[in-house]
Amino acid sequence: MATIAPTSETKCLLKLVVNDCEVSAAGPPAQRLSRALRDQLGLTGTKVGCDAGDCGACTVLLDGEPVCACLVAVGQVENRAITTIEGLKSRPPLFDRLQRAFLRHGAAQCGACTPGMLVSATALLERNSSPSETDVMDALGGVLCRCTGYRKIITAVLDAAVPNPRTSSAETSCLGVGASVGQRVVRLDGKGKVEGTEIYGADEIPVETLALRVIRCPYHRARFRFGELKPFVAAHPGVEAVLTSKDVPGEDCYGVIPSFADQPVFALEEGEARFRGEAIAAIVGQPEAIENLDPAIFPVSWEELPALTTIDEAVAPGAPLIHHNRAGNVLTGGRVVRGDVEEALAEADAVVTGEFETGFVEHACIEPEAGFARRVGDQIEIQACTQSPYMDRADIAKVLGIPAEKVRVIPTAVGGGFGTKLDLSVQPFLALAAWRLRRPVRMVYSRIESMMCTTKRHPARMRCRAGATKDGKLVALDFTADFNTGAYSSWGPTVAARVPVHASGPYLVPHYRAVTRAIHTNIVPAGAFRGFGVPQMAIAQEQLYDDLAIRLGIDPLEFRILNALGNHTPTVTGQIMGEGVGIRTCFEALRGKWNAARTEAVEFNAKTKGPIRRGVGVAGMWYGCGNTSLPNPSTVRVGLKHNGRIALHQGAVDIGQGSNTVVTQICADGLRAPVDCFDLISADTSITPDCGKTSASRQTFVTGKAAYMAGRELRRSILGLANSAHEDAVIRFGESILTIHEDDKQHKLSLQNLPLDKHGYVLTAEQTFDPPTSPLDENGQGIPYAVYGFGAHMAEIAVDIELGTVRVLKVVAAHDVGRAINPTLIEGQIEGGVAQGLGMALMEEFFPGKGENLHDYLIPSVGDVPPVESILIEDPSSIGPFGAKGIGEQAVIPTAPAILNAIHHATGVRMRRIPATPDRIREAILASISSDKTGATRG
Amino acid sequence: MYLRPTLYKPCRLYQNYAQPQFAALFYVFRICGQGVFLYFRPETLDEAVHVLAHSGGQILAGGTDFFPALGDRSVTGSVVDISGLRELRGVVTEPQYVKIGGLTTWTEVINTPLPQCFDGLKAAAREIGSVQIQNRATVAGNLCNASPAADSVPPLLTLDAEIELASQAGTRRLPLGDFIVGNRKTVRQPGEILSQVLVPRTVENAASVFLKLGARRYLVISIAMVAAVIQKDSTDRVADARVSVGSCSAVARRLPTLEQMLIGVPAGPGLGSLVTTDHLHNLSPIGDVRATAAYRRDAALRLVQRALDECVGSS
Repeated sequence: MATIAPTSETKCLLKLVVNDCEVSAAGPPAQRLSRALRDQLGLTGTKVGCDAGDCGACTVLLDGEPVCACLVAVGQVENRAITTIEGLKSRPPLFDRLQRAFLRHGAAQCGACTPGMLVSATALLERNSSPSETDVMDALGGVLCRCTGYRKIITAVLDAAVPNPRTSSAETSCLGVGASVGQRVVRLDGKGKVEGTEIYGADEIPVETLALRVIRCPYHRARFRFGELKPFVAAHPGVEAVLTSKDVPGEDCYGVIPSFADQPVFALEEGEARFRGEAIAAIVGQPEAIENLDPAIFPVSWEELPALTTIDEAVAPGAPLIHHNRAGNVLTGGRVVRGDVEEALAEADAVVTGEFETGFVEHACIEPEAGFARRVGDQIEIQACTQSPYMDRADIAKVLGIPAEKVRVIPTAVGGGFGTKLDLSVQPFLALAAWRLRRPVRMVYSRIESMMCTTKRHPARMRCRAGATKDGKLVALDFTADFNTGAYSSWGPTVAARVPVHASGPYLVPHYRAVTRAIHTNIVPAGAFRGFGVPQMAIAQEQLYDDLAIRLGIDPLEFRILNALGNHTPTVTGQIMGEGVGIRTCFEALRGKWNAARTEAVEFNAKTKGPIRRGVGVAGMWYGCGNTSLPNPSTVRVGLKHNGRIALHQGAVDIGQGSNTVVTQICADGLRAPVDCFDLISADTSITPDCGKTSASRQTFVTGKAAYMAGRELRRSILGLANSAHEDAVIRFGESILTIHEDDKQHKLSLQNLPLDKHGYVLTAEQTFDPPTSPLDENGQGIPYAVYGFGAHMAEIAVDIELGTVRVLKVVAAHDVGRAINPTLIEGQIEGGVAQGLGMALMEEFFPGKGENLHDYLIPSVGDVPPVESILIEDPSSIGPFGAKGIGEQAVIPTAPAILNAIHHATGVRMRRIPATPDRIREAILASISSDKTGATRG
Repeated sequence: MYLRPTLYKPCRLYQNYAQPQFAALFYVFRICGQGVFLYFRPETLDEAVHVLAHSGGQILAGGTDFFPALGDRSVTGSVVDISGLRELRGVVTEPQYVKIGGLTTWTEVINTPLPQCFDGLKAAAREIGSVQIQNRATVAGNLCNASPAADSVPPLLTLDAEIELASQAGTRRLPLGDFIVGNRKTVRQPGEILSQVLVPRTVENAASVFLKLGARRYLVISIAMVAAVIQKDSTDRVADARVSVGSCSAVARRLPTLEQMLIGVPAGPGLGSLVTTDHLHNLSPIGDVRATAAYRRDAALRLVQRALDECVGSS
């Protein structure tokens, strides 16, 4: 841990009592306690998520009471007792019970909120040993979590309140050989998360590092001129350099899809800055100097230019082009056509139309982007939070103008990703500065900076028409959508391509036309966010189908069951899967609960006089795993070590979803070895083969399959070495000795004296899996994905019709996951997906330039997420490992439309502008009341 | 000269402030590129106002508004940390007033046994941020920050609260309604500290409620909020009514026409239904990221109706 050596003049030592130890903190007494704990005392278990008391990640105990360390000045707590996550271990047995309960229930996913949750829960349980669920929610209400949906956290705290909790066999580890798939194996990387020792992007600081601050455009669009930069550096002690586009040695153009790459590291002075938050320069210097520098004094003059902020402005005739080579400000489009949609709609017995619009959604990972870079000879190393180390490597190499092999990307633990950490954030600035200055350089985005300049979910404007026969058979869907993709391409092309493939929903739609466009505007780039546009699309399509069912007088669930895709019905791209299409089973699993809940809601509304109206809604979902019609291989290497342990090199970044655990379980069963024989070697471009990016719900499916194949191959090699040809031979992994049992014989294989291969292992197996797809033709026909995941959610809600507020009472989520490799982790994905879907439906909208913080931008708190009942359907796809399909994005898609359909059921209003905030719902209710009245007077 | 400096190099700057009668802690620190600043940590109100009179630093108490206001900048300038003034903490009941020390935290307000008319204030206290915030945020801070959405202002207005400002010149007292004069604007002078809130003991056994409307359950800034106090007479009619609405104007407002109208009305079921849009005429809601102005006006009406019904136990 490096800190600035204070000069005698600045030195101001304060005595603190932290975790029962007397310590001294140097620096201004007005600095935040969180900063002193992390940067000076090295207690990085205390996370910083917002510096504003909005997220609670930095919660510590001050004389036993929870407080946000970001809101306390060091000078205020001299000689008072401060307890951080690191200090709680001295409080057994309570904290021990809490940690174990968090692990057992899967209450920690990415782990960024976990210290704050554990500290808050400790304070609660020390005061109240038998809390109610409401007590727990009140105690945790100040800590935001973006991954779990909170329910497993609540369960864990309630469980920990009881001494001697149950211990499951999975927790005590050592599962049977070849039997870990399907088990609730406790997250293998969980211990560091509940101890606060996990290393995230901001948690390691190289010795004598410099710090970097980016100067960003304050306008949606502006021209700018730098003042005198050299004198600026000279005039500011501690500032070492200013970097601009002129300092970029390679090609100043990056982007996640190489053929669309268009984003410069820094906007060009000869050109213009294209969005509020775009980088124009970076100041590098001593950390203290950079931290205290007021960016307003940077020598630059701005000329604000008229900006295109909406789709309408951007596509208006004569609108200025944001990129000169993209006519009409259209980045690209997507199209899937099948049958004759116009004729089918003309002949349909019932046709419904709808227009729907969604807003920007912010990922709001609890961990803001952070990392450092250092130059090692002619190589650059970047340690940062990322979902896509190999793609980062390629872009950094391009920017620096060096070969990819000279770039090493070391992902830290990721405190929430959801798609936004697929794009570069801090990496190009750090790499450039460390490369040029030959010094380590570090930076941590503030929450404001993170919200201002990292990608968002695309706002969508969707128009659709659907037709069905009078007996309820869907015959046609016509779907068009424009997505506001912002100033640079990011994942806009992926959204434009993926949505037309999915816009039918998981139903047989014989006549189909889906056309999309990604439109450039002068707004922060919209990129990847859990579902690549499909969640927005499902809001339109699933509400439209509800209207169609209602028009036909058919129960909305039965309508979906009637039209559900089957194993032998073609999708809208003409793909016939032949197996593993579990959507009908998902809907049918809801039927009993649906009928009961609908009846209950109707009865409640009939007998209740007050403003509360209950409603129940349903929505279905399908989602292709992996890249759309593009290769996306994963390579996994396993090695047998001299000591009899297995080294698993897998480059899939675990962003909290659990790939470290799931991939190991799969590999273990391929090898038929217990999970605890494995040593995990996490993603690092220099030591793990490429497992692609953590996105598109592909890691369990693609990397899992490669891990299975590699495990199988290692098993064959071991048996070959032991001269055993027996398929069912049992290998026991002892210390430096393997024992092979076949039939009633057994023989031992001593590893100690065997030669090592080039990887340093006795035996190495490496396997690559790339899911088979085919390109789509000009009408979008082909095989875009080898495997789809399916699911259906049912939401029960209560609407206060006078205030327009919605409370979600319960969600039942049925998902066809092919094979549930780890049910606890799958439930975690589902519950977290439900929470994000709920946020998208009811509260989340980012307004560029307004509310770049977590108190204006709201994500669900612990009190907003209802109990979620997960129903896991296993309709295997033989291509996936043990039949498994993805779940990460699938989980978020059906929640919002199910809630919106429930609002319609409760109130009769159809929400077309999302999120359905209280004011929008109330406005829609008032409009429907007045139109009813008008209708009545007309007779 | 009696000083307990934790600072090392006495610097000329602080000699000026070092008065023999004070035992205040001083720290001097340099912020790279910004200059030399002072951090004062007085232990008595006298010290604090003295320091303020001479240095004019930024006041730091609970820190829950101080730090967020910095955005991603670090603290610059001198700071007067008044969180060590024990005399400004706690609630005392005197014959005329319940006096709440300015530095009393919201958790302390919640945990202090108080008469029924404080139920609304306590309900508001539970809605201020989160437990973490309530453990640090002070009563004075919520008032001095003067956010239109400050949760404590509507209930304190319905309690006819007064505030006391202390400065080197002495103290002055004024009604809360005269203290907050605009969006984040008060009449507090730079040398003044809000030392206490005084609630006259006139309606102690009156029913009081606080209703907050936000777009999520916890940690939420109000879209609108309503506080109400209803005192019944011996015939179960309204003897005294106080209703205020927050987040619907630059400063939370009492509703005097409504309060007048309610006097003498039976304090039972249907009380809320007497409220009409006209009673809310002095509100001036704006539209922002949380809600439209029209919605605020509409929701405020519903909340006022519900608050009154709740006060008379008919909801």
